Amino acid sequence: MNGFRWRRETPLAGILLLLVVAVSIAQPRFLSPENLRSILLWLPLLVIVALGEMTVILTRGIDVSVGSMLGLSGMMTAMLLRDHPEIPVPVAALFAMAAGGGLGAINGGLVAGVGIPPIVATLATLGIYRGATFLVSGGKQVDDYQLPRALAGWSSDGPFGADIVPYVVWIALLAAVAMQRFLTDSRTGRDWYAIGGDPDGAADRGVAVRPRVFLAYVFSGVGSGLAGLLYASRFGTVNPASIGNGFELLVISATVIGGVSIFGGSGTVAGVLLGSLLLGTISVALAVLNIAETWQSAVYGAVLLAALLADDAMRRRLEREERG
Amino acid sequence: MGERWRRASARYLPELTVTGLLAVALLLSGWREPRFWDAAYLFDRSTLHMETGLLTLTMTLVILAGQIDLSVTSILALVGALLATLHVRFGVPMTVLLPFGPIFGGLLGSVNGYLVARRGLPSLVVTLATMALFRGIAQILLGDRSVMMPPEMVGIERVTLPKSYLHAPLLLLIVATVAAYLLLHRTVFGRYVTVIGVNPEAARYSGVPVARTMIRLFVLSGAMAGLCSLLLLSRLGVARYDHARGWELDVITAVVLGGTSIFGGRGTIYGSIAAFLLIAIVQTGMGVAGVKAEIQVTAIGFLLLLAIFLAKVTERGR
Amino acid sequence: MLDRRSFFLMVGTISTLLAGCKPDEPTSTPGASVPSAGASPVATEAGKKIRVVYIPKNTGNPYFDGVVSGFEEAARELPIEFSTTAPAQPDPTGQISFIKDEIQRGANVLCITPNSPDALNSVLDDARAKGVKVLAVDADFEKNESHRDGAILPTDFDTLGANQIELIGSLMNYSGKFAILSATTDAPNQNHWIAGMKEALKDPKYAKMTLVGVVYGDDRDQKSVTEAEGLLTKHPDLRGILAPTSVGVAAAAKVVESRKVADRVVVTGLGTPNTMRRYLKDGIVPAVALWSPPDMGYIAAYAAVGLAKGELKAEEGVKFQAGKRGERAFGKNGVVIAGPPLVFRKDNVDEYRF
Repeated sequence: MNGFRWRRETPLAGILLLLVVAVSIAQPRFLSPENLRSILLWLPLLVIVALGEMTVILTRGIDVSVGSMLGLSGMMTAMLLRDHPEIPVPVAALFAMAAGGGLGAINGGLVAGVGIPPIVATLATLGIYRGATFLVSGGKQVDDYQLPRALAGWSSDGPFGADIVPYVVWIALLAAVAMQRFLTDSRTGRDWYAIGGDPDGAADRGVAVRPRVFLAYVFSGVGSGLAGLLYASRFGTVNPASIGNGFELLVISATVIGGVSIFGGSGTVAGVLLGSLLLGTISVALAVLNIAETWQSAVYGAVLLAALLADDAMRRRLEREERG
Repeated sequence: MGERWRRASARYLPELTVTGLLAVALLLSGWREPRFWDAAYLFDRSTLHMETGLLTLTMTLVILAGQIDLSVTSILALVGALLATLHVRFGVPMTVLLPFGPIFGGLLGSVNGYLVARRGLPSLVVTLATMALFRGIAQILLGDRSVMMPPEMVGIERVTLPKSYLHAPLLLLIVATVAAYLLLHRTVFGRYVTVIGVNPEAARYSGVPVARTMIRLFVLSGAMAGLCSLLLLSRLGVARYDHARGWELDVITAVVLGGTSIFGGRGTIYGSIAAFLLIAIVQTGMGVAGVKAEIQVTAIGFLLLLAIFLAKVTERGR
Repeated sequence: MLDRRSFFLMVGTISTLLAGCKPDEPTSTPGASVPSAGASPVATEAGKKIRVVYIPKNTGNPYFDGVVSGFEEAARELPIEFSTTAPAQPDPTGQISFIKDEIQRGANVLCITPNSPDALNSVLDDARAKGVKVLAVDADFEKNESHRDGAILPTDFDTLGANQIELIGSLMNYSGKFAILSATTDAPNQNHWIAGMKEALKDPKYAKMTLVGVVYGDDRDQKSVTEAEGLLTKHPDLRGILAPTSVGVAAAAKVVESRKVADRVVVTGLGTPNTMRRYLKDGIVPAVALWSPPDMGYIAAYAAVGLAKGELKAEEGVKFQAGKRGERAFGKNGVVIAGPPLVFRKDNVDEYRF
């Protein structure tokens, strides 16, 4: 089973390695510690939201509201820290996760409770949460000087004085490890795979489908909420129009490139990590190689298509091998 | 009459819901804001919505077949970029290029069609990828610049039927609506689309050419985007890579609001066009009442939930 | 059968709409020439307050809050009826519906900071055909000046580039490599200034300074940060980053702080005191420049009223009194310059709140 899973990620790891080698030949400083740090700093936001997105996609759902949830919880947390500077940042992180979890619960209620199709429910909340971000903030951005210095420190300093890998990166890696354990070792995690693989069959085998699906959306919200705080840490200013806007496309791309099947039931944390890493590496590579930034969107699209086709070819080959 | 009406209204619950909401929106807008009822204004402002309306029609067919096409607005932008490049860089006259709007659009759509129908890849992800790819190519072609259109091509929305406010894009939308209605509800192709949406496996076994129908659907969707590209070029007078960015969400919202099931198999042209009108009127009403942009965004989300709730609640009450 | 019912419903709805909307008195050229209620300048003569609407690029952008505060100050003095509205995202075509709606709501003057210099031409022509005055504020409709009445620009764009070069030059002792981090490749203001910067660099005074490249962050946080980090990677001996855009300069400051290279890389450019306050006070950024957005809004309001009343013509040499800010004059192309750029440093930044 493990060998099988690993092989589905092999083409992706290959593409990533090839890309790193090619860019490093063109620009040796790509491998400089500072630049590797830039790539690592791309990860936290993307990975944490993508892990939540993955749980939703595992259950055959989709959550297009992640960018708006990130925005609304990030804005609320930034306002909390602005108005109450005495609150320690870790407490604010809990608040952000709770806020995101609440928003995710609304999505989960609409999908698992009311029975609205996931893309429709989250399409609606995408607009609603974005509007709410403007309403709670009164359309005013929270500026860097209004936020505690410790918050920015999360993105610039690392543990034991090792600033090369800042705290936010460790948070993302911890989240990934925890998610991996949760998916394989917990009942809920295994149920998510079962539901996505065969919803009716899962229900027949006694899986509580609705609560499990509900929980997947809550997870997605918690991840987006935490990412909202990390956004404030990384970029300093929290603007109601720009925070998280359009982020859902990047997240879904990273998830799918990472081999999470859009039909549900299959996907790994390692894949999501690799998918996020690939997108981050491409962005940094474009900036370092002096490639006009106008190429970015086309390159993203091409990579996503290539990943799809590679994954498809791999799947067909595995199916052939299994049969013969 | 009673029994038949009840059964019909049960079957067309989403369409009835959206029609009711449409009436409410019209009355509310007129009552809250007297400046809303001004034909010159309403028709003039409606020009802003025509591309979305046209795309709603083809998106209805795509979603009805259980697929989705997120790339339409990127196709729209790329077709505009291609035409502008051919015109400006190679001096091809715009009149010669006009038919190539839908043709290029159809070709781009066939890329989606091939990947979905022949390779069996999920349309959500395929069109997510081509959405980025097509817009990216448009951006490579044009950069962030605007390319001016020749003056004789600009201003189609100002062409009206004599002694009326009926402008050319609106006439086009009306014709296209009737055509889409006939295509969906009166042709073999339309029946195939619905059958595929209900159950693609069963459709295949009963002899429906699933792959061919699907490719045609995406070609049609792309061709409509190409046509809309011409409209937008004429209306704005410039080609840009970021034209119509994000409009695909408005289009999908209209289709879903109009009662088309996102899983395919159920939906009507009437529902989609009524939902499209509803969104356009709500936006116009809020605009003339001076409602802030961020609340407008929120309102459409609530509208979508409200319509689905209403349909669900009445369904359960039966 | 049931399909037919829905079809009739549809035809019915559409024809009802059309019937309800037929013009009462057919005119020779319907659509464009029909004046809508309240939009004609006659209303102002009847003693009604002049209605001025400001449409910035998008909502939630703090830079424009400063402009709005200037408008509001002038609106209290004049007095006029002032309001502001904008799309949620700065899309090139997003402002069109707001312009149409505000005309219908009876605006006498539309002040617009355009998201694109050329996508609004036809809707601006409509507005002016209905007697509404159109003023570009903060950025002009470059190459499309004939579609607006006048423009209020924050400062003299022709000398701003040279000013910025002098600023960064003085901060890096007139020697070393530096790069420019701009907004989008198409941003007309920034491109105008960058051309001025390149021109200024020909001065022998700056002979030891090398411009190693111009990169574009699209005025988005993530992209600007990535581009700024890319600059530091590509040029390990970089001595300065000049970012003539408020998102870019904040991103560059964030990056040199995060990479802990503020002691050798000078970041400066154009930024608001609010976004740059902490970086200035922490010594990450020695100085940034900007004009006063409130002054620009204030002057625009006075110009707007003069135009609406017909007392003022946006022609070269025409002077007007802009309230407490004193006299201003229309220059070439009907452009008014609001004032000189200000420089914010650690010691004076707290005097400014925008």
